Amino acid sequence: MNSRLFGETSSISSATVKKNRISEKIFFGLIWGAALITVIILIAIVGHVLINGLSHLSLQFLTQDPENMGKEGGIFSIIITTLYLAIFSLVIAVPVGVSAAIFLTEYAKEGPIIRIIRFGTEALAGIPSIIYGLFGFVFFVVLLKFKYSIVSGGLTLTLMILPTIIRTAEEAIKMVPRSYREGSLALGATKWQTIYKVVLPAAIPGILTGIILGVGRVVGETAAVIYTAGSSLGLPDSIWRPGRTMAVHLYILASEGLSKSNMYATATVLIITVFIINFAATKLMKKFIR
Amino acid sequence: MKTYERIIQLFLFLCALIAVLGVILITFFIVKEGWPVIQKVGFFNFILGKQWAPTQQIYGIYPMILGSVYATVGALILGVPIGVGCAVFLAEIAKPRIANIIRPGIELLAGIPSVVYGLYGLVVIVPFIRKVFHNQGFSILAGSIILAIMILPTIINISESAIRSVPRDYKEASLALGGSHWQAIYKVIVPAARSGIMSGIILGMGRAIGETMAIIMITGNSTLMPESILSPIRTLTGNIGIEMGYASGEHQQALFATGVILFIFIMILNVVANLMPKRVGE
Repeated sequence: MNSRLFGETSSISSATVKKNRISEKIFFGLIWGAALITVIILIAIVGHVLINGLSHLSLQFLTQDPENMGKEGGIFSIIITTLYLAIFSLVIAVPVGVSAAIFLTEYAKEGPIIRIIRFGTEALAGIPSIIYGLFGFVFFVVLLKFKYSIVSGGLTLTLMILPTIIRTAEEAIKMVPRSYREGSLALGATKWQTIYKVVLPAAIPGILTGIILGVGRVVGETAAVIYTAGSSLGLPDSIWRPGRTMAVHLYILASEGLSKSNMYATATVLIITVFIINFAATKLMKKFIR
Repeated sequence: MKTYERIIQLFLFLCALIAVLGVILITFFIVKEGWPVIQKVGFFNFILGKQWAPTQQIYGIYPMILGSVYATVGALILGVPIGVGCAVFLAEIAKPRIANIIRPGIELLAGIPSVVYGLYGLVVIVPFIRKVFHNQGFSILAGSIILAIMILPTIINISESAIRSVPRDYKEASLALGGSHWQAIYKVIVPAARSGIMSGIILGMGRAIGETMAIIMITGNSTLMPESILSPIRTLTGNIGIEMGYASGEHQQALFATGVILFIFIMILNVVANLMPKRVGE
């Protein structure tokens, strides 16, 4: 076997070697090209928005309400609506999601129930946002008579970000060392006391990462929000009132061609928000791993 | 104390069930609202009908199914080579310093809201296509380009971790046999990681087929049958997204019926993704 292999290797002609060299160059060229294209795309999109938007961004834009259908004025009421929606959906999704993660990691034994819950979480993550919009509309807006409101939008988004919260919390809880739990149990603490006082505090940075990623989804979402929270421009004075989020505002400005400067300024605010969210999430994750 | 612990465990269990309950509720209500129209028109007339004229109660979504499939296939043709190539670059070629610059960039790409992609498509890609091909610009091509960009992060992230999870021995064995680095990548590492790469591609497909707002902004939303990659199209998601704003009665139910078909597509992808072996060599 060995001698045959070596015999073959030594008989490779110089032409084959040359051909291999060329293939190698082409191969690495293509790989570098793919990476380069990815970077160029990112720079092109972010650059385009920032170059056209930063000059229109001002303190007034952030602190004034939109006027004349958003053609003039700023996006103050829109930022507030976005915040309302994010807070509302997190207030429900975080306790439910973290509890679900605790159950999945600390209590559940492998079996059909776990598999069903896992499947449900994965399926929920794969459902397109427009389907969430349809469901939120028929269930929360029409059937439960919540109308177009922060409540309808927030509950729809709660379901949407639940898989993200569950998954990241699960990862975070799993990463807490066994010795923490054993130490606590050895001191006479019950299982729940151990989870509540030892495991959860240790897992908080990881859980926070999930929360931040959830905020990112809420901020960027359009299809699920527009048919549940509505798109009215005023500042919602209660959670039962409709409102317009930043992404919905950008969609309407762009697709109706209302105002180029406000469109780019809104897109810039969105991108900067995503920047901050990603930065915070990575920072937290690093802290957690260390 | 014992009952207290039991109550907590029950509460945690109920929270874990909410995700399942959500899926059941969503499925139930989409099907319940959409079913009457599917039943009235007939399932096959609905999915194979070439005409969509809600004012005349004619509901055929064949052009939209084609629209979704074409845009998604186009996105895969453009996005998969770039995505997998970039994943190989990050996992095998890039120095850690460079990879650590590119990776946050890809996270950023994943975080950019779809309307921003739609905006970019609308003001850059569509006018570009209009200029080059002297047509209206809104087209399958425009949709495919933007969708390809949107699915890149999914494909790159999942492929990279699949490539990284290939045991070192595989690569070392290939190198020890006299293969060069690129032969090891091309003939050993990528084939060993193919199931992981495939699930990345399938997840990317799911994202492409489900995308709504960006696609509405750049595909032209015509309900006619697409003839070439430069034809305007309307996707399944686009059909719902555009007309939900004003539809009522049976028309609205027809949009839910469109949602049912979209749902079936997504579920098939989910099942296929679940069937994919998770580990190398299985």
